[in-house]
Amino acid sequence: MKKDEMSIAKYYLIKIVIAGLATLAVLWIMTPFVIAILYAFTNPSDYYSPNVILPLRYTFEHVQKLLALGATKAIINSVIVALITIGLSFLLGLPAGYAFARYIFPGKDSLKLFIVSLRMFPIMVIAVPLVTLYIRLGLSDTPLGVALAHTAMALPFVIVITSSIFAGVPKELEEAALIFGLDRKGAFMRITMPLALPGLAAAAIFTFIMSWNEVFIASVLTLTNRTLPAFILTSAMAAPDLIKFAAGFIMILPAMIFVFIARRYLITMWGITLR
Amino acid sequence: MSKRRTDFEKYVPYLLILPALSYLIFFIGYPLVQALYLALFPNGRFSMENIDYLFTSPFSRFEEAFTNTILLVIVIIPIQVAIAIGLAMLFNMKFPGRNTALYIIVLPLTISDVAAGLIWYSLLSSNGFFNKLLINLGLISEPIQFFGYQYRPMEFLAIVLTELWRATAIVFVILFAGLQMISKEYIEAAEVFGATVWQRIRYIVFPMLKPSLQAALIIRTLFAFQIFGVVWILAGRDIPVLAGEAYYEQVELKHTGVAAIYALIIALISVAIGYIYIKLFKAKYLEV
Repeated sequence: MKKDEMSIAKYYLIKIVIAGLATLAVLWIMTPFVIAILYAFTNPSDYYSPNVILPLRYTFEHVQKLLALGATKAIINSVIVALITIGLSFLLGLPAGYAFARYIFPGKDSLKLFIVSLRMFPIMVIAVPLVTLYIRLGLSDTPLGVALAHTAMALPFVIVITSSIFAGVPKELEEAALIFGLDRKGAFMRITMPLALPGLAAAAIFTFIMSWNEVFIASVLTLTNRTLPAFILTSAMAAPDLIKFAAGFIMILPAMIFVFIARRYLITMWGITLR
Repeated sequence: MSKRRTDFEKYVPYLLILPALSYLIFFIGYPLVQALYLALFPNGRFSMENIDYLFTSPFSRFEEAFTNTILLVIVIIPIQVAIAIGLAMLFNMKFPGRNTALYIIVLPLTISDVAAGLIWYSLLSSNGFFNKLLINLGLISEPIQFFGYQYRPMEFLAIVLTELWRATAIVFVILFAGLQMISKEYIEAAEVFGATVWQRIRYIVFPMLKPSLQAALIIRTLFAFQIFGVVWILAGRDIPVLAGEAYYEQVELKHTGVAAIYALIIALISVAIGYIYIKLFKAKYLEV
């Protein structure tokens, strides 16, 4: 009897400790997000008043000022770069991902290992030499130039993700389609592709975020056609605090929206790309 | 199926991979060769002038950048791994609200280093959240200064905090996935045979987690050596780091050859780190 009471007490104690630790972890991640977002809309007098910890009055003025200072153009550039990157890296990566998922061929493992290891290649080495090449090709300071480099960065990830998405579509369905008279291309377009589509959409979002967040390549390869992170990196340093907070908010906004849309795939996706 | 057709089928996977592979070889191979050329053949013939620049030019802050980068890696990575192991074990248990908590924990994965730097700036600046909180709680009377050249140790601390907040999730996701793959049966079997919690962790969970831990360590360390955005936003060139110097030499000083050397040094470190980790783990745990 005594022992039972002990173990019940111990059981609840463990439950409480787990809940406490989990709460702590969530607070550690959440607090900076919440504060940064609130501060991006703070009324200046609230921010500079030492007694107001959480602002009471809010304004869009900082975000508007930042957009007027050139962030609008930078956002447009960022979106263009990200869309070209998605297009190119899927055009090139999808067939490769499919090949790794569906075919057995000599050299498959070493080829895959080679591509996987390219994920680790430091982007600094890609960016610096491209400056001189781009001047010769007329690509310097263009969104296309940045997108070409971003594609090189994203492609290994796209191949690994799409390959695992295609591997998740049962091969039997494709084989059944072949038996019922579709050719390989038809089976792919009408069976595999629709089934893989939600996963591929999530992979596209992943690629978008990669490109949207990348700062080194973008700031080295552009001068006037800055993407958003490059624009912020070069101009935020001198900006007043509240403009900096607005910049932080604009940068995290699309990521937050996309995470919400693709949350079902999020953890699996990162699991795949990081393994 | 005719002979010709099966012959063709054999080449299909290679044809599917070829475009991607060619693209990668061009966009990684060309810059790599070109970087070597820019670094070592500044005027068309071999010269050490760019390397001399690193060590002798008054503009160069190579030694500082090298030391700072390594210092940041040494401070950040062990703490990240420790926190991530703890979190992974915590989330491997069932508790109400676990899935929601999981989404929140991995949220920093989606944001850039630049944004993370700005977010932590709003917490740590002299009018920021923490300073105001501590002042109003009566714990401090003057704001703690985190930014500015004369407060470099505090800038270093701010960078460490931001990186712990931003990038621990990468390690966590890999370790968590690894933990989930360990079959509960092994652990239950050990329990039946009377293994204590510590023994279960030491002899079952830990050895089976080894591959995930290796992957997490390699990825995290390699990216840590490329640290740039967070440092540049929070400290600028007060705390020079390798990637930051590459950026500064290229964009501000137009020393492409020097920037190329910095890039190559980062690449070289990456290869060395990958090699060391693989050696280290294989030697001890090949039999697991």
